[in-house]
Amino acid sequence: MRTAAVAGIGQTRFAKNMGRTELDLAVEAIGAACADAGVAPASIDGIVSFHIEQVSEVDLVTTLGVQELRYMARTPSGGGGAASILGLAAMAVEQGTAEQVVVFRARNRSKAASYGSDPNQGGRPWAKSGSRLRDHRQWHHPFGVAAPAHEMSLIGRRHMGVYGTRAEHFGMQAVAQRFHASRNPDAIMRDPITLDDWHAARPIAEPIRLVDCSLENDGAVALIVTTLERARDLQAGAIPVLGHVQLGAPIHTELADFFATTAAYGERASGAVAAGRRLFGRAGITPADVDVAMVVEPFSLTVPLALEQYGFCAMGEGGPFIESGATRWPDGGLPVNTHGGSNGEAFVHGVNHLPEAVRQLRGTAVNQVVGAEVAFACGAITDPSGAVLLGVDR
Amino acid sequence: MTFSVPSADSIPRPDPSGADAVFWDALRDEGVLKFERCAACGGFRHPPRPVCAQCGSAEAEWVTSGGTGEVWSFTVIHAPTLPAFMDQVPYGAVVVRLDEGVFLVSNLLDCPVDELTVGDRVELVATRVDDELTLPLFRRT
Repeated sequence: MRTAAVAGIGQTRFAKNMGRTELDLAVEAIGAACADAGVAPASIDGIVSFHIEQVSEVDLVTTLGVQELRYMARTPSGGGGAASILGLAAMAVEQGTAEQVVVFRARNRSKAASYGSDPNQGGRPWAKSGSRLRDHRQWHHPFGVAAPAHEMSLIGRRHMGVYGTRAEHFGMQAVAQRFHASRNPDAIMRDPITLDDWHAARPIAEPIRLVDCSLENDGAVALIVTTLERARDLQAGAIPVLGHVQLGAPIHTELADFFATTAAYGERASGAVAAGRRLFGRAGITPADVDVAMVVEPFSLTVPLALEQYGFCAMGEGGPFIESGATRWPDGGLPVNTHGGSNGEAFVHGVNHLPEAVRQLRGTAVNQVVGAEVAFACGAITDPSGAVLLGVDR
Repeated sequence: MTFSVPSADSIPRPDPSGADAVFWDALRDEGVLKFERCAACGGFRHPPRPVCAQCGSAEAEWVTSGGTGEVWSFTVIHAPTLPAFMDQVPYGAVVVRLDEGVFLVSNLLDCPVDELTVGDRVELVATRVDDELTLPLFRRT
C-alpha cells in the first residue's frame, strides 16, 4: 500500500465578520495550500470536507477548473471530524483512488452571520429549530439545554464528579492555549490570560467560562494530500501520514445515548480508547513517542478527556496532567494546541489544528517544539471522531 | 435561584410521532415515565429505537419506570440560551440516571443552583405545562 503525505497547507486570515462567502474563503485557502505545495488547483483530483460544509464539490470543480475529480468524501459531525478528513484523504491516496486530494473547511459562522435556513449556516442553534421539536432536540430543548456549551458542560461536570477533576483544570488548558496564541501572529486572541482572568471570566454553562469556549469567527483552512513519493518531489517536502482512525461514538447533542454508552469514563471503555490502540498499533509507536498534540476542543474541557482516552495519561488524570504544565509550550512534555487552539487562534471546526501539526514537523511553528518528529491530532472527543498521526520524512 | 418551568407559550415543545409519542403521551396522560424495553433481552432503549442495540431484536414492550434515580451530572446555565429560559438565568440542568439505567436530561425543582450535586437521589415530578405537554422534571429525595 502506498503512503500518503501532506504536501501543502493553506489558510485565510481569521477574523470576525469578514463579509466574504464561504466559497470565497475556501478558494483562497485551497489556493494557498496549492501554492505552498507548488501544484495547480486544477490538478486536484479529490475533495474531502465535513457533511455540514456548505461549499459544494461542484462549486469547487467549476471555480477551480478541476479537470478530473476522482474522489469525494465527507465526514459526519463538526469538530469531531477535524482529523478524520485528513484520514479520508490519506485513505484515498493510499488505495490509489486519487493522487492529489484537498482537505478543507470554510466557515462564515460568526454568531450574527446567519445566512440561510440551514442550521449549519450560522446563527444560534435554536433560531432555526422552530417551536415544534421532532428530532433529538425534543430530549434537550424543553429543559433549556440547547447550545453545545450546555451539553459539554454536563459532560465535563460528570468527569469532575467521577475523578475529582476541577473546573480550574479546564481553565489551565485555556490559559496555556491563550499563551500559545499570544505569540502567533495569525491568532485572533493575542492577549495572554492568567488563571485569575479565567476565574473572572463570565460563566457560560458551569464549569465552562467564556475563555474556555471556541471563538466565533470566519476563515478557511486547506491541506493537500498526495503520495509520499510525489510529496518528496514537491517544493514543501513531505509530512507522512503515519496512521489514521475514525470512531463512531455517540454525540453531545444526544446526551442520553452519550452517557449510556460512555458510562462513567472507565466503567466502560469509550470509542477513543479502542481507536487510540488501533492508531498507535498501525503506526508502530506509542503515545510516549508523540512530541506535540493538536486536540480539537470546542471547549477546553475536551482536552483532558481526549488525552486520557487516547492514552497520553491515565483515565481521570487529564486534569492533573494539565496542571503539571505538560500541555504548555515550551516546557511541557506534550505541548497541546501550540498555535493557540480554538479559544486562541481561531475556530475553523478544528481544521486549523492540522496545519499547525504540519508546521511543527516542518520546524516552522511560531511555538516550535524543538526536534518534533511525531505529531498527533484528534477531533472533538464528544462527537463521532477520528485521529491522525503525522511524522517527519525519514 | 431555583428552577421554574417556562411559560406554556414560550417553551420549546416536542411534537413527537411514533414511539417517541408513547413516552410523551404517558407523561401527559398518566404522569409516569415509560421506557421502551427489549422483549427479548430486557435491555432498555431510550430514546426509542427500531431494534435493540444489545441483541438486535425488534420486539419491544413499554415499561413504567419507578421514576427514581440519581443526578449523573449537572450544569448551571448562564447564557446564551433559548428565549424561553432567558428570564431565569442562571438555572440548573441535570442529567438523571434512572434506576433502570436510562438517562434523561431534565431540571430539578426546589433546588438552588449552588446545591446541585452529582450523586443526589431524585424522583420524578411529572410537571404539567398545559393540556398538551407534561415535562419529566425531578426533585431531590
